[in-house]
Amino acid sequence: MDIRLDGISHAYGDTEVLRDISLDVASGQIVCLVGPSGCGKSTLLRLVGGLERPGVGRVLQMGVPPEGCLNPLTFVFQDFALLPWRSVAGNVSLVLEDHGLTGARGEAIIADVLARTRLSDFAAALPRQLSGGMKQRVAIARALAVRPAVMLMDEPLSALDAQTRDLLMDDLIGLWARQPFTAVYVTHNLAEAVRLGHRIVVLSRRPGAIREVVEIDRPITERSPGDADLADIQRHLWSLMRDEARAADAELVHV
Amino acid sequence: MSDAARNGPREVRFRGGGFAPKARRGVGAAVFVVLILLVEWGTRAGVISALTLPRPSDVLATFVELWQSGLLFTHLGLSLSRLAVGAALGAGTGIAVGFAIGLFSYVRAGLVPLVAALFPIPKIALLPLFVIWFGIDEVSKYALIAFGTFTPTVVATYGAVDNVDRSLIRMGQSFGLSWLSITRKIVLPGAMPGILSGLRISLAIAIILLVAAEMLGAQYGIGAYILEAGSLYDLERLFAGVVILSLLGVLTSAAISWLERRLLRWRV
Repeated sequence: MDIRLDGISHAYGDTEVLRDISLDVASGQIVCLVGPSGCGKSTLLRLVGGLERPGVGRVLQMGVPPEGCLNPLTFVFQDFALLPWRSVAGNVSLVLEDHGLTGARGEAIIADVLARTRLSDFAAALPRQLSGGMKQRVAIARALAVRPAVMLMDEPLSALDAQTRDLLMDDLIGLWARQPFTAVYVTHNLAEAVRLGHRIVVLSRRPGAIREVVEIDRPITERSPGDADLADIQRHLWSLMRDEARAADAELVHV
Repeated sequence: MSDAARNGPREVRFRGGGFAPKARRGVGAAVFVVLILLVEWGTRAGVISALTLPRPSDVLATFVELWQSGLLFTHLGLSLSRLAVGAALGAGTGIAVGFAIGLFSYVRAGLVPLVAALFPIPKIALLPLFVIWFGIDEVSKYALIAFGTFTPTVVATYGAVDNVDRSLIRMGQSFGLSWLSITRKIVLPGAMPGILSGLRISLAIAIILLVAAEMLGAQYGIGAYILEAGSLYDLERLFAGVVILSLLGVLTSAAISWLERRLLRWRV
């Protein structure tokens, strides 16, 4: 299933946040959205996921979601959004219960996704007992449980420290290598974007519009942090964003 | 101070700590014991006249007498049933209405001003009205206690619902959970800490109103017992009754704490 953004503009009151964004997300691809803070990249993600309505334009699902998909557009949030009163397994179970997947069938799915995120030993733990990286792995396990057609990842690594971030990035690459998933990945970290993105969409500062789309041909499984070509792309992205990031930083918030 | 001492190495003065209350076992009981001993000594030594305060040992004797005559259980049984029925009615409807206010904009717009208008009314002042509406028997007592616990429960509950983390609700929506699932599995547990701390206050108010309810046409009940003793200026019996009410308050508070420990184990 592909996603097409068709001429999306959006405003909060008098503040225009997004201007005429058109974009295609092809199946099996990770599209990274980068841009200076406040450029509306998280808003764009919420529009794609149907948590907000665009002022102008449409978000289209092209084709049917694959067989067995319970929730085609599935979010992974920056703040994890785990229920603190449910165990790790309970948090995954939450999103299955509404589909009637309780009992043995539910448990099989939970066991599978916890194994894929290396959390099998922590099924009974409560979120407060987990580190930030583990919490985000629970959130990823929860997202995998509903077999999403497209994962919408809103700065999933931003609340984590640098070491955990690297480890979790490897985990994401591993998950993708085993079973390629489609993702829209919002980040302000350019190193993440060049490691994970098949395409990197650079947004301008508010109102956010597409400045440039950078394609990286090298398969993401063959990328590593020190690669010279990736560093060049990262430098290019930064040169696109630097002045705008500075201007955005100096701006007063009116939202 | 010499220069050498001023310039030499000095240990950094500790200035952190505090502001973190810890459990101190037995201190609460010790305060009670000391106060009671002080009064006992005062009444025996004549510093406190018998008209000012009864002797604690006499109060205890009265209490034992009450126990042995079996009247204690008549009083307590009636009072507890009034408390249970009234508080359950008031807190139950209060939680339901509080949830409705928290979840539906129209209910909020319609009922929040009404609750604000009802809250400050001293419910005791409405007692004659309740007698006319519900008669002089048990129902008017239930109604008074229910009404008194209803308003604080409503306010606590909708405040608690308002405080549920919106990002968790958005998460639920993003996974396509039904409205009922979101309410039952996200809003209800998320509001539970606020509801329970509201219940703590509501139940204390229920005990206060119990005495007020038993002012009218009650032959038995802790409130009736206290009021009778008060009108006869029988301080020993008055205090025995007051002690029972205090114990009732401590017990309900302990019950809520137990509930909190069970239901809110997930909190840090």
